[in-house]
Amino acid sequence: MTLERQFDAAAPIQWKMPIILSVAALVILGFFGFGVDSNDVVFRWSNDTDAIVLANTAINAQLLGIVLGAISVLAAAASIWFAARRKQVPWYLSLIVGFSFIVGLISSVGVGTNVNVVFILSSTVALSTVIVFGSLAGIIGERVGVVNIAIEGQLLMGAFVAAFLGTITGSLWVALIAATLGGALVSMVLAVFSIKYLVDQIIVGVVLNVLVSGITAFFFSTVMSKNGVGTNFPGTFPIISIPFLSDIPVIGPVLFSQRLTTYLMFILVPLVWFVLFKTKLGLRLRSMGEHPLAADTVGLNVNRTRFWAVTLAGLIAGLGGAALTVGSVGSFVKEMSAGQGFIALAVVILGRWHPIYAAAAALLFGFAGTFRIWAVQAGAEIPSDLIQTTPYLVTLLAVTILVGKSVAPASVGKAYEKQ
Amino acid sequence: MSDTKEKKDMTQVKLSGRDILQDILSSSILRIVIAILLAFVFGLLLVIFTNARVLESLPNFFGNPGEFFAAASSSIGAFFEAFFKGAIFNPNGKTVEAQFRPLTESLRFAGPLIAAGLGVALTFRVGMFNIGAMGQILFGSAFAAYASFQFHLPVGVHLVVAVIFGLIGASIWSAIAGWLKAQTGAHEVIVTIMMNYIALNLVTYAMRTDILNPGATSTTPQAHAPDPNAVLPLLLGPGFKIHWGFILVLASVAVYWWLMEKSSIGFKFRAVGFNPDAAKTAGINVKRIYVLSMAFSGLFVGIAAVNQTLGDSLRITPGIDGGIGFEAITVALLGGSNAIGVLLAGLLFGAMKATGPAMQSAGVSPDILSVVQGLIILFVAAPPLIKAMFRLPNQRSTIAIDAPTTNKSHKKAKALKEAGVDSATKAEATEEGSEK
Repeated sequence: MTLERQFDAAAPIQWKMPIILSVAALVILGFFGFGVDSNDVVFRWSNDTDAIVLANTAINAQLLGIVLGAISVLAAAASIWFAARRKQVPWYLSLIVGFSFIVGLISSVGVGTNVNVVFILSSTVALSTVIVFGSLAGIIGERVGVVNIAIEGQLLMGAFVAAFLGTITGSLWVALIAATLGGALVSMVLAVFSIKYLVDQIIVGVVLNVLVSGITAFFFSTVMSKNGVGTNFPGTFPIISIPFLSDIPVIGPVLFSQRLTTYLMFILVPLVWFVLFKTKLGLRLRSMGEHPLAADTVGLNVNRTRFWAVTLAGLIAGLGGAALTVGSVGSFVKEMSAGQGFIALAVVILGRWHPIYAAAAALLFGFAGTFRIWAVQAGAEIPSDLIQTTPYLVTLLAVTILVGKSVAPASVGKAYEKQ
Repeated sequence: MSDTKEKKDMTQVKLSGRDILQDILSSSILRIVIAILLAFVFGLLLVIFTNARVLESLPNFFGNPGEFFAAASSSIGAFFEAFFKGAIFNPNGKTVEAQFRPLTESLRFAGPLIAAGLGVALTFRVGMFNIGAMGQILFGSAFAAYASFQFHLPVGVHLVVAVIFGLIGASIWSAIAGWLKAQTGAHEVIVTIMMNYIALNLVTYAMRTDILNPGATSTTPQAHAPDPNAVLPLLLGPGFKIHWGFILVLASVAVYWWLMEKSSIGFKFRAVGFNPDAAKTAGINVKRIYVLSMAFSGLFVGIAAVNQTLGDSLRITPGIDGGIGFEAITVALLGGSNAIGVLLAGLLFGAMKATGPAMQSAGVSPDILSVVQGLIILFVAAPPLIKAMFRLPNQRSTIAIDAPTTNKSHKKAKALKEAGVDSATKAEATEEGSEK
């Protein structure tokens, strides 16, 4: 929530952020601090087989919660101080409260047992990979002014094509390339209908999702289910451990011992950011989404640029599809994208149309999924279904609070007709 | 809107035969028929070229083309035979009841699609895009299920109470989305998508605990079975599964027609959909209309939820939506957001749903029908595409949805001007406002 926005002295005080932070701080203090048994929680930083084994940290969960709560209360107080002076609440205050919330949540659930930090972090990365790819596609699309509701369909098409062609050719590389092309194909249909035929972008997106889900389901039940080994058994990319780096405790196994698709994600997030925000091409692309008429006036071909940008975004979404099959479970299942394309849409907004923030937002969803699995294993009494709603609530909150601040590309969702 | 369009089409009729032909070709009904036919053609091509016998005959196509055509026509025959038997009439049935059961099954599957389709269509008319029918169905179902076993009321009263609970549940969930849009300006598409997932998790939670599943023995989320008093009675006796829920659906079609075409609030809905700024100038409280229209939309979706939940005495699960929430969008689009259109579109898609088992046993994957549904909507949503394919004359889109209402693009103003509604609407709206 750090917008470089200058408020006039007369501007009304923005109380939303301080209120949210204060509520979160009180929750941490109450539920994760005083509400927890005075028992130890053990954080495990590494497995016994790792090259470097860190000692476990045992700490009183109640004490930890109270300390985190106290820090958060201070941060909330600071945010009130900033808000009362009509200043922007600094981003690090939200970060402090958010971090305290997550650590407090984990320690309050893990009280009396072990908390495997490496498992939680790597599972968070694994569960957010597909969402990150999807959100990158969404960001590129919306930055050039095309809403991409069809991310779900692009993921599904990518996943299907990767599994099918990967198996037939026996090559994972073919699978990867086919997935990108599959995603791009869906994107091109979206682009043709919304840019050339001026059909409402949201309608085309919704319809494409129905169509792709139907087509992949049809081929799954007619071709793949009859000959699974011959058509739906592409295998997965091996886990590549980068020498030395993968031996670093905690970070190593999480970041440097992954499959190719995950490494591609690590590369693409900064790359998309760089291209969009640091190059001439990026400036042109963003101008299509902000003020297409101006872009047209200076001689850029708006609709052609939009078309190719959306198609390129489809390539990336297709990679997300590959991450579902050859980057993870190794076969295609009906409807396997399971709504992750829609979550990616939310991540685009939560990440404020910025690749790096979006990746962070995707991690939040990945963490929520991980936490659900882990909380059940840890025998937590808190209902995992309710925890699962958190990222959606955060998104809803962000959508309703961020609105009105000029973050979204101004011309997103509008077709451009040359006069 | 359709009235003004027809009037304009009438004035366009010229005397030459070619022009008249073109005029007929440009009518939206014909375009929809073309879209449906094209979609079935593409679907059949998929069926043919995934058929094992056809694939075997392909390498030897030039040696023995007869075998290819025989195989292809037999797979087409199987498709249509299964469709007819599964959705309309089964001549192989042992009793008359069994013979007519497919037709009633089509109606039973169509019911919730029509009701939810009306809900989505209503928001289209207000210029909004309600993707949240899934969450609304879940909430309505949860409310209806709660009333159906937690209360123990006399025959008749219990059913009415459970139905009202279902409608209120869906309507509340929908109105929240409308309120968020009205208060904060957040786009309803993203709000309703988020609320779908929130509803799914909340309802799953309720189905794991005593709220909806008292005395649960397993952690599998499911609701308690409804009391017999709260189940919608069968419409045609024990031989058919179709229940009074379908009558509720037909009633809601009539209510929708009256609401949108005849009532004063429906007029305001449409005015906001045409041009929110003009509506505001004319004294309509646009924010209030957003909340109200979402609440009304939720009532229609609630009818779908009630159909799903109280249609039989089985326990419901978090999967009660069964894809209806998203299919409702396609039904509303195909139906052009008007009452009769949604009814017909729902019947078509309901028949496609009902025919699934018959397709399966005929060796055709029922998933082909969702391909056909997607293609139909794609063709219907893109008038210029069909126009280009068949070299039809210029025409306007008949999809009754505008760009997001916050857009003030010149394109929309132009489209409105073309449709000849701007001045009329404003004049009427002013009258409406001054009456108040």
